[in-house]
Amino acid sequence: MKKSRIRVLVAKPGLDGHDRGAKVIARALRDAGMEVIYTGLRQTPEQIIEAAIQEDVNVIGLSILSGAHMYIFPKIIKMLEERKMTDIMVIAGGIIPIEDISELKKMGIKEIFTPGTDTKKIVKFIKTNVAVA
Amino acid sequence: MDYKEIKKAREQWSDKTLKKVLDRFPERKEQFVTGSNKEVKRLYDPLDLEDLDYLKEIGYPGDYPYTRGVQPTMYRGRFWTMRQYAGFGDAEESNKRYKYLLKNGQTGLSIAFDLPTQIGYDSDHSMSHGEVGKVGVAIDSLKDMEILFEGIPLEKVSTSMTINAPAAVLLAMYIAVAEKQGVSAAKLNGTIQNDILKEYIARGTYIFPPLPSMRLITDIFAYCSKELPRWNTISISGYHIREAGSTAIQEIAFTLANGIAYVDAAVKKGLDVDKFAPRLSFFFNAHNDLFEEVAKFRAARKLWAKIMRDRFGAKNPKSIMLRFHTQTAGCTLTAQQPDNNIIRVTLQALAAVLGGTQSLHTNSRDEALSLPSQKAVRIALRTQQVIAHESGVTETVDPLAGSYYIEKMTKEIEDAVMDYINQIEKLGGAPKAIEKGFIQREIQNSAYQYQKDVEDKKRIIVGVNQFESEEETMKDLLKVNPEIEKQQIKKLEEVKNNRDESKVKESLHLLKQAASSDKNVMPFIMDCVKGYATLGEICDQLREIFGEYKDSIKI
Repeated sequence: MKKSRIRVLVAKPGLDGHDRGAKVIARALRDAGMEVIYTGLRQTPEQIIEAAIQEDVNVIGLSILSGAHMYIFPKIIKMLEERKMTDIMVIAGGIIPIEDISELKKMGIKEIFTPGTDTKKIVKFIKTNVAVA
Repeated sequence: MDYKEIKKAREQWSDKTLKKVLDRFPERKEQFVTGSNKEVKRLYDPLDLEDLDYLKEIGYPGDYPYTRGVQPTMYRGRFWTMRQYAGFGDAEESNKRYKYLLKNGQTGLSIAFDLPTQIGYDSDHSMSHGEVGKVGVAIDSLKDMEILFEGIPLEKVSTSMTINAPAAVLLAMYIAVAEKQGVSAAKLNGTIQNDILKEYIARGTYIFPPLPSMRLITDIFAYCSKELPRWNTISISGYHIREAGSTAIQEIAFTLANGIAYVDAAVKKGLDVDKFAPRLSFFFNAHNDLFEEVAKFRAARKLWAKIMRDRFGAKNPKSIMLRFHTQTAGCTLTAQQPDNNIIRVTLQALAAVLGGTQSLHTNSRDEALSLPSQKAVRIALRTQQVIAHESGVTETVDPLAGSYYIEKMTKEIEDAVMDYINQIEKLGGAPKAIEKGFIQREIQNSAYQYQKDVEDKKRIIVGVNQFESEEETMKDLLKVNPEIEKQQIKKLEEVKNNRDESKVKESLHLLKQAASSDKNVMPFIMDCVKGYATLGEICDQLREIFGEYKDSIKI
């Protein structure tokens, strides 16, 4: 299937209810011309993968501010690998301590955006790293 | 006051003095706005207050409409309660942090629960994985609560618990711990947040749909008005609405609209307004715009007084006065140059004090990076102590009253809030407005606008979009012990192995029956808790009867 617009799944895994950032970014990406699907709160890794398949996305954006990122992010990455979906780029944001960032990147998360990031920077990052036919 | 004279003088000033300067030195911006995008005039003078009736609109502290404060002496009598929100890991670790804070001069406790506890899951639930003990303390059963308050005399401290959907269960556990300490329920001081409407709007820790949730809340009102006369049964919260991106006006509007919905529900259930309303309390955010925030707190008090007196016919002054807790704005903390956050918190705390808060939490400088470290928490507490003991702002009541700017803005916020409340009424009240997504949409629009303003540099955030600098990364961040989850699950197993299983089953069964009838569920929850039924087990009974809430979000 030919895609003309970048499709992004913005997801809130775990029990965290802080979704201001996720919603702001979803709107900024949409304003930048991308197709954005927002999952809502309390998504399991399975639900996120399922939504990514259903919506045929190029990018998954994960947001966690509760501190559970070192448990939940690797789970999602592992599931993507198992299902050979590594062509989907995963980016993340939230309250992520610096020492966790390098570890998460090693695991396969392409970039981590911490509080204060300009949304234009995220748009640019996605457009630079995702090629759509 | 001779307004004609003033008007003339003002015109003269404008034509001569002002014009001369403006011609040579234009102002920094075309338009000046508050933190909430409300226009700020160059100057305020007596003409702005020409229509303001001092006795009717402002009055004296401790008297209707409480614009100047809920007590006649305010901080000359007693400072606000310094209450730092804390809790992480397991009950033992949090107990240590509470004792540390009390030793350092904190005057009340504020319990942070982890997300599984807030959403009614035990630590061994599949959804709990990775979240146990993270944003607060993990509580699975009465056993954990016993450890949490070990050595803390509950008749002496006041305890605030940030718990909403399962508030009845945690309150029951608190009462049970007090009983074991030999303290009767009637002597307990404290607050449960118990504000489910803002969970649907902004905070996300809901379990049940709105209708049964409102029933749980009114059950608590009824139970506490008999058994816990000193307990604040709800903390109607604007804090999280503001954190989600609302303006100051929206914060007050949506919070008071929720407040109206709770009072409505309780009155419809047949409760006497003057029996339960004295124990309603509020929780607001203190943001960066000092004067707007002060005006906001004053307007909120005045509005609630009017609503309670005129709309609900309350007569007891305690039903009419708006008492509130304040927390400084977490969303203003920056990950960049985190030490600057200490200054932000100071300004915000000052706004809360000048606005007449009853208790205050000051955020720690490192909270955009992780959970606060012990050292950062101490600085935050010290900030309050410096304001209380050194700044002098506490020595007179409502010191900013009479400022043309403050009084004008208080009035403007009041009017704008009333417009919103009327709009929500037209939609059928707060629960309907939430169902329709109106309130959520309004907040999202404000949040997005704010972000765009920051990115366009219409708003300067020091260290983020201006005055950036290379910096060292912050050290000594708090790490929650990753073993906590395993230990907590083990403890839970032990509790389950050592309780009278048939008693637990019986109490859970009775609770389920009560939930499907119109009986007050509180006494039944008390029985479950005392037999060491777990939080998850209790909530599961209620889930079966009430169902679960599913959010339908649009962006």
